[in-house]
Amino acid sequence: MKTQAAGRRALPVSRILITLLLVLFGIVFMLPFAWMLSASLKPEVDVFNYPVEWIPSHWQAIENYKKVWNGKADFALYYWNSIKVSVLTTLLSVVVSAMAAYGFTKVRFPGRNALFLVVLATYMIPAEATLVPLFVIYRSIGLYDTHTGLVLLGGFSVLGTFLLRQFFSGISDEYIESAQIDGAGHFSIFTRILLPLVKPAIATYAILRFIWTWNDYQTPFIFLSDKALYTIQLGMNAFADRNGQFYSLVMAASVSAIVPLLVVFIVGQKQVIEGISLGGVKG
Amino acid sequence: MTTPTDTGQAPKRRIPMPNSLPSSMSNSTPKPATARRARRLQEIAAGYIFVGPMLLGVIVFTLIPMIMLLIFSLTDWSFLTGYDKLRISGFGNFARLLQDAEFGESLLHNLIMLLAVPIGMAAALLLAVLISERAYMSSFFKVIFFMPQISSIVAVAVVWQVLFHPSYGPVNGFLSAVGVHEPPKWLADPHYALPSVMLLMIWIDLGVSLIIYIAGLKNIPRDLYEAADIDGASARVKFFRITFPLLTPTSFFLLITGLIANFKTFALIQVLTDGGPAHSTSVIVYDIYQQGFVNLKTGYASAMSIVLFIVILAITFLQWVGQRKWVHQG
Repeated sequence: MKTQAAGRRALPVSRILITLLLVLFGIVFMLPFAWMLSASLKPEVDVFNYPVEWIPSHWQAIENYKKVWNGKADFALYYWNSIKVSVLTTLLSVVVSAMAAYGFTKVRFPGRNALFLVVLATYMIPAEATLVPLFVIYRSIGLYDTHTGLVLLGGFSVLGTFLLRQFFSGISDEYIESAQIDGAGHFSIFTRILLPLVKPAIATYAILRFIWTWNDYQTPFIFLSDKALYTIQLGMNAFADRNGQFYSLVMAASVSAIVPLLVVFIVGQKQVIEGISLGGVKG
Repeated sequence: MTTPTDTGQAPKRRIPMPNSLPSSMSNSTPKPATARRARRLQEIAAGYIFVGPMLLGVIVFTLIPMIMLLIFSLTDWSFLTGYDKLRISGFGNFARLLQDAEFGESLLHNLIMLLAVPIGMAAALLLAVLISERAYMSSFFKVIFFMPQISSIVAVAVVWQVLFHPSYGPVNGFLSAVGVHEPPKWLADPHYALPSVMLLMIWIDLGVSLIIYIAGLKNIPRDLYEAADIDGASARVKFFRITFPLLTPTSFFLLITGLIANFKTFALIQVLTDGGPAHSTSVIVYDIYQQGFVNLKTGYASAMSIVLFIVILAITFLQWVGQRKWVHQG
């Protein structure tokens, strides 16, 4: 609405010109992706032809992707590992964060504010600062080099609690009071009344958490060593190190690593953008 | 990152409630009192059950590691030698850090990299104004500029390595074609490596700042612009007198989160340059990784982690101070 009002004032000519200018800039901005895609479709000898052949003159797409997926690197396994870790982390994080957000906003118990302050304070401790002791702990208790370790680490991130807490506190306490008069306990209030009400917020957080986990390089890099457990990020890096000179293959692998998230992003575009603009959350 | 509405004001908004307990026990007849007490106990149990898992996670994955970090930082320990060799030896690690030229360089690189934050923000703000108010297809542009953010950092780093390849990368191919005789070697040249990394960071993070700025622009009341139009204000005057000042809380938030994210940079450096060439792109977290996980110096790496923690804490404090100031606008 508001942008329309502003638009009416701007001359359509200048509006079209600015749009064209932005399209041009957008194209330049996307060139790395275009180059990646284009290189993944052609034979190695053509990759560095200059001027760049954006549309390959010789196609070798099927062979390249076959070599990536059926070669020595087990891309299917990396994919499966990433899907497993990302889905489980997202599930755990949504359950833990939603419960905590409910507890901190809708249940009255002594010490609630103090405990919330503790959670808030830990948020200021960067994960990068505790990598060393966590690594030591993980090695002592057998979580090092396991997917469980990764899932627990991502699943207990406090960010979700803050994000969802805002939505829970926006819901009137009257819902809860009237349900309590009808004899409902907190568990049924939480699952039957509150969760349906904040479903959009939960969807937003779940999509963001999935993307972050899928793209996370640092955590698996530090806490995994077994190649059979590699996520797509680690697998992709190992592949690039091994096949460094075969750029067409490396680019085919890159495209393969990006596509699933691109699909998630296009499907959940609205939620992602809303989530980012809402909390200004990242990482 | 913390949200603008989160930190400063959130804890204050809650009104303490424990005073309901004594009054409920004193002024009612015995039977309802026990019923109430039972309900009260139930309420307390429910509270701890709901926040319990999160609290447990915070304790196990943040608080205990933090305490161990403090202890480790005062030792010469390496985790390979086992806990029985753990001896507190004082502040030697910190004294050594002060003289560690490499760590000093890494710190300096982090500080230089901070420049990427305001540059990226300025670009994002310009784009946000154009996209949300002066162009068509705004949601399309949001998606385009957000693309690097959802892409795998490894894939992105690999592509940039190739694009900026000194001899056969397309970037230098283009530069030679337009007559630049000795184009920079980018990531392979110690003088250009850090700026190249910064360029890549700006490219990756532009989309996030853009979306947050667009959201901020939507919150500016339209009538301010209408009033300015009546006064005959130019687009420039409107930007500097209305848009920019009213976006201060948004800009401040982006600045703080950007500074924090910059100090936490690791994955990009590890994948893209491994701190090189010639140590020219090393950063704090990269040094922590090198000392802690490659050289296995747990104690020394812990001391570096403490430095990182203090830096982030200082920035967070700055945020807290700033937010108190802008709490009513934000």
